[in-house]
Amino acid sequence: MSDLIEIRWHGRGGQGAKTASLLLADAAFNTGKYIQGFPEYGPERMGAPITAYNRISSDPITVHSNIYEPDYVVVVDDTLLESVNVTSGLKPSGAIVINTTKSADYLKSVLNDYSGDIYTIDARKISMEALGRYFPNTPMLAAIVKVSHIMSDEDFLNDMKDSFKHKFAKKPEVIDGNMKAIEMALNEVKKI
Amino acid sequence: MSIRERLSGNEAAATAMKQINPDVVAAFPITPSTEIPQYFSTFVANGNVDTEFVAVESEHSAMSACIGAEAAGARAMTATSANGLSLMWEMIYIASSLRLPIVLSLVNRAVSGPLNIHCDHSDAMGVRDSGWIMLFSENNQEAYDNLLMAHRIAENENVLLPLMVCQDGFITSHSIENIELEEDDKVKKFVGEYHPNHYLLNDKEPMAIGPLDLQAYLFEHKAQQANAMKAAKDVILQVSKDFESWTGRHYGLFEEYMLDDCDFAIVCMNSTAGTAKAVVNDLRAKGIKAGLLKIRVYRPFPAEEVAEALSNLKAVAVLDRADSLNGMGGALFEDVVSSMYVAGKQVPIVNYVYGIGGRDTTCNDIESVYNDLSEIAQSGKVDNPYRYLGLRKGDM
Repeated sequence: MSDLIEIRWHGRGGQGAKTASLLLADAAFNTGKYIQGFPEYGPERMGAPITAYNRISSDPITVHSNIYEPDYVVVVDDTLLESVNVTSGLKPSGAIVINTTKSADYLKSVLNDYSGDIYTIDARKISMEALGRYFPNTPMLAAIVKVSHIMSDEDFLNDMKDSFKHKFAKKPEVIDGNMKAIEMALNEVKKI
Repeated sequence: MSIRERLSGNEAAATAMKQINPDVVAAFPITPSTEIPQYFSTFVANGNVDTEFVAVESEHSAMSACIGAEAAGARAMTATSANGLSLMWEMIYIASSLRLPIVLSLVNRAVSGPLNIHCDHSDAMGVRDSGWIMLFSENNQEAYDNLLMAHRIAENENVLLPLMVCQDGFITSHSIENIELEEDDKVKKFVGEYHPNHYLLNDKEPMAIGPLDLQAYLFEHKAQQANAMKAAKDVILQVSKDFESWTGRHYGLFEEYMLDDCDFAIVCMNSTAGTAKAVVNDLRAKGIKAGLLKIRVYRPFPAEEVAEALSNLKAVAVLDRADSLNGMGGALFEDVVSSMYVAGKQVPIVNYVYGIGGRDTTCNDIESVYNDLSEIAQSGKVDNPYRYLGLRKGDM
């Protein structure tokens, strides 16, 4: 279990955090890894806080519990920062990736002075520019791949292109927009 | 060649059903097994299977339709969870007493109430004495493999009993994980065709099904069911052996993980066994001789084999994901204790009720059980054999 990576996603119902965790599992699977992607099901309604998880490893994964000490945390909605303890158990050697335009000072204060790396990305801007609508999950997926080095940018881009071709077979016009969102996110995610 | 895939437990179950291509599927949706008939109805609509899909109005009707189909001579399958199985209750007994080898995919969930949609084994435990063969599955792979073996076991002429394949609701049913799938034509060949000796639509052999069965016969019929259940053990092993020579994946009545040289072990079923394996690995790395016995075949219960496998241990913990609320411990605990007592094996045994209503069971929880076992192994004493694991104590 030497290279096991554990990721926890925080989002709100309807933003696609669960879908993003499944897409990340897919992408890692396609690079030959063993994967788990699973949501923590609670009251399912739009806007409610939701959590999803990923385990990714070169070896088979047998643990079937939630993740309490993740290597990485992804926050899809920054309004959760003041109501959910998103850094709970997060390893100092890891990182947190937040969809936000808030200041570094604000983020450090709401993250209880988390000592690991803090990355931000404006997924709203990227999504509106690339897709014309607010789907934060695609840029956040790209951001966590970039930060966690689960795979190379090139492998990820190729895999997502294939996956979008399949997923959007009936509406190919959205494939380019999604690929643009991923490319922008890979370039724009930054450490504060 | 096996096919490397990634599927949720529900997708794995639905895929197995697609490859089995039964004559009839009758199902009513209920969380967390809803996806199984949902995916399957897509296979029907897309022409991937030629199954007659019966969208019934309740689980009672789902099992009734399976009984009708199976009695007529067809191969029938269904899926359900928790209260869906509760509503089938009457027909569950009728299916087994009519010796109809229906196969059910049970995605384990807490039976109400109060209302809870998450995993525990109270649904399965409620039907443990109903005459169904019960196979438990640690993950999506085992849920798939158990379903591929199900018909060969259930339809064997020495068995002729319905069979349910259990997996943990949400924990495995909704988790995407790696899986090895088999090719459609190979599955078809392995499962084979169903040609019952006796069936209702055989105009050369008119017969009555389910008539009045009073003092003169019911007792003997029940004894025949019991004998069939006993006979199922060898059939399960034979089918599992055939399955292994085809796929390379080994299955027995239970899985022994680091058991043969261990000092103490946990006995449990379904997904928690995977978590326990990770803990056993960690403990072994520290030189602690921990082991695991994962029950696969819960009915028939492999009493002699379990007693033998545990006989040389210094302490055993049985984990029950359902509380029998009987003041003495969970159902699996009672089965293991009975097995040991009858076989004359004296090993200190302790029971933990855990994971009720989807309460998460972590590596730390499992490690605490092994720590307790280490103490019991040293003292040889069990002060309180009926315990909880992961219960929030302040609320009691």
